Amino acid sequence: MALSLKRLLLNDQKLLVKRYSQATKNNKKWKSVVGLEVHAQIASKSKLFSGAPTKFSNPVNTNVSLFDMATPGTLPVLNKRCVEAGVLTALALNCQVNPVSYFDRKHYFYADLPAGYQITQQRLPLAVNGALEFHVFTPEIHKKPYKTSARIKQLQLEQDSGKSLHDFDRSLVDLNRAGISLMELVFEPDLSDGEEAAALIKELIAIFQRIETCSCKMEEGALRVDANVSIHKENEPLGIRTEIKNIGSVRGVVGAVNYEIKRQIAIKESNGVVVNETRAWNFEKKITVPMRDKEILQDYRYMPEPNLPPLQVSMGPITGGQVYVDQIKENIPELPEKCRQRLQTDMGLSTEQSIIIVNDVDLMKLFENALYARSINPVKFANFLINDLYKALNERKLEIHQLHIEPKYFGEILELVSQGLITRNVASMVLNELLQGNIRSPLEIVEEKNWKQITDEKELEKICQAILQENPKGVTQYLNGKVKVFKAFLGGVANKTDNRADMKKVETILKKILSELRNKK
Amino acid sequence: MNRIYNYVFIIKRSSSHIKNPNILKTLVPVKPYQSQVDPEKRPSKTKIDADTIALLERLSLVDCANRKGIETLEAAIEFADQIQQVDTTGVDPLITVLEDFPLRLREDEVDDGNCKNDALSNALVTEEDYFVAPPGNIPLETREDLLFEQETNRQ
Repeated sequence: MALSLKRLLLNDQKLLVKRYSQATKNNKKWKSVVGLEVHAQIASKSKLFSGAPTKFSNPVNTNVSLFDMATPGTLPVLNKRCVEAGVLTALALNCQVNPVSYFDRKHYFYADLPAGYQITQQRLPLAVNGALEFHVFTPEIHKKPYKTSARIKQLQLEQDSGKSLHDFDRSLVDLNRAGISLMELVFEPDLSDGEEAAALIKELIAIFQRIETCSCKMEEGALRVDANVSIHKENEPLGIRTEIKNIGSVRGVVGAVNYEIKRQIAIKESNGVVVNETRAWNFEKKITVPMRDKEILQDYRYMPEPNLPPLQVSMGPITGGQVYVDQIKENIPELPEKCRQRLQTDMGLSTEQSIIIVNDVDLMKLFENALYARSINPVKFANFLINDLYKALNERKLEIHQLHIEPKYFGEILELVSQGLITRNVASMVLNELLQGNIRSPLEIVEEKNWKQITDEKELEKICQAILQENPKGVTQYLNGKVKVFKAFLGGVANKTDNRADMKKVETILKKILSELRNKK
Repeated sequence: MNRIYNYVFIIKRSSSHIKNPNILKTLVPVKPYQSQVDPEKRPSKTKIDADTIALLERLSLVDCANRKGIETLEAAIEFADQIQQVDTTGVDPLITVLEDFPLRLREDEVDDGNCKNDALSNALVTEEDYFVAPPGNIPLETREDLLFEQETNRQ
C-alpha cells in the first residue's frame, strides 16, 4: 500500500491530491444510520375490530361499519385471524411473543380518523426483540452479495386510518381503510444506506408472501415504509434524524434514503444544522420535502384502551388465550433463507442465483413448477430465467404475474435445449416469440419457424468453409497468430445460420479446417 | 347492525360487597356531598396563551380561538386539577373492569359494513359518496390577530 502510494506520488502528484480530496468528500467522512418502520396490512377478510370487509376494489365508503365511523355505543371486537397472523409474522422474524399484550389509544386530529384516536399497542406490544438477517445484492452496485441484519424492537397490531383526498379548500374522506388491521414493525437503526434498506424490505416481502400474512401490494398501500435517517462522523454520537413517511415502493426506499443522506451531508458540509422533522418522498422529482402538517411535535396523549381487556395468547404452560402460539410455530412454512440454502445445496445454484429467484415469489413458483414437471438442469434453467426472461421483462417493463404465457412453456424451452433440438440462442428467440404473443407451444414455434438446431456435420462444414472464404483477411491474420479472429468466425457462422448451428461442433470443424490450412502453408 | 355490547358489571375491587345487595344503594350518594378539595393545595392556575389556543383550533378544526375559548379551557384544566388531591397510595390502576378476563376474539368473517347510505346520512356535506371535511392538517394562513379580536371589534 505504502509503496503504491509512493509510486503514485512520484508519477503524478496532482492525481493523488485529487483522489485524496475525492475520498474525503465521499461518504467516508460521514457515517449514515438508517432505521425503518414498516406498516404491513394483515391479509384478512374483515377489519381488525369490526366485521366490515377489507376488499380493496370496493366502492367508496362501503367497507364501513358503524364502529369504523366511531358511532357512539359501538365497541371493538378483535379479529382472531389478525392476532394469528401477527404471531406467525413475529415467529418468522425471530421475535419473542408476549403472552399478554395491551391496546392503547393514540390521539390524532384527523378527519379520516373518526374516533379521534387510533387503537394501537404502545405499552406492551404483541411481540418484541426480533432479528432479521438478509442479503444485500444490487447487481449494478455490489459485485458480491453480502449478509447483514437488523434487530426488531417490536411488532404491534393497530388500526389503519381512512383516506383523505385533498382538494384545494376541503378534504374528501373515504373510510374504507379506516380500521383495517396493520402490523407495525419497528426496526432498530442497524442499516447504513438505501440499498440495505431496500434489501430488508425485499426480504420482508419474500417472508410475508410465503407465510401469507400480507399481500405486500405496495401499489394498494398494503405495505408502507417510514425511514429514519441521520449522519455522523466516526466515533461521534449519532446525528439528529429526520423521518421520511409513507414510502410506497421498494425503489422509493432506495431513492428516499440515499437522497436524504446526501442532503444531510450537503447541509453539514456547509456548516448547516439538520433539523428533526418529518419529510415526504416526492417520487416524480426524486427529492424529500418537509411535511407541512408535522411542524410541531405532537402530543399523542396515549392512554390505555378501556374497551379492550388485555390480549392473551396461549403458549407453553400459559393457557387461556384463543390463539395457540406453539401450534402456529409448528406450521411455519419454509422461509426464504432456508429455501435459498436448499437451492444452493440441493440444486447447485450460486448464492446470487438463489437470491434473485427466491426474492421474486412468482419467479420462484415458475422455477419450482418447471423443475417438478421436467428433467432439466436447474442451474441452466435458473440462468435462462435470470438472464433471458428477466432481461426481456425489463425491456418491456413487465412483471411475471402480468404475463399471459402458459407457465409450463418456460420449462419446455429449456427442455428443447437439453434435448439438443435447439441452441441456447434460439431458446432466447423462442422466449421472445412467446412474449410477443405467439400462443403456440415452444416446439410448434420451433417447427413453424424452422429453428431446429443444425447438427449435420457435412452441412456445418459447408457453412464454415463459406464463412472462411468470405473473410480471407481474417484467415491470414489467424494463421499469423492472431487467434482472436476466431471469435469473428464463430459469430459469422451463428449469424449465417440464424443462431441455429450447434456451436460446439462448429468450433471443432473450424479448428480442423484452419489447422489444415496452416499445414498447407 | 349496530352492536351494543352488554357489559356485565362486576365491582371487582370490592367483590365481597356483591354478597350484600344493599351495598349498591350506597354507591350513589343519597345526600349532596361536600367537596373535600382544599383550595389551598391546588396547583397554580394554568394560563393558556393565544399561540396555544390558535394551535388547538388549527389541529381540531373546532372554533375556539377567542377569549371565551381560553376561559373555558382554563376552567376545565382547573377542574381537572382537583383529581391530584385524591390519595391513591396502594391502589393499582384499573383500566377496565374486565382486566382479568381473556379478551374475546371473533372469527375473521365479514358480517358488517356495506351501509353507505346510513353512514353518509350522518354527514352535513358529502360529494360522490365521500365525506367532505375542512382542509385539515394544513397550516392555515398565518395571521397576526390570533384571537380574531380586531375582526370582532370592527363588528
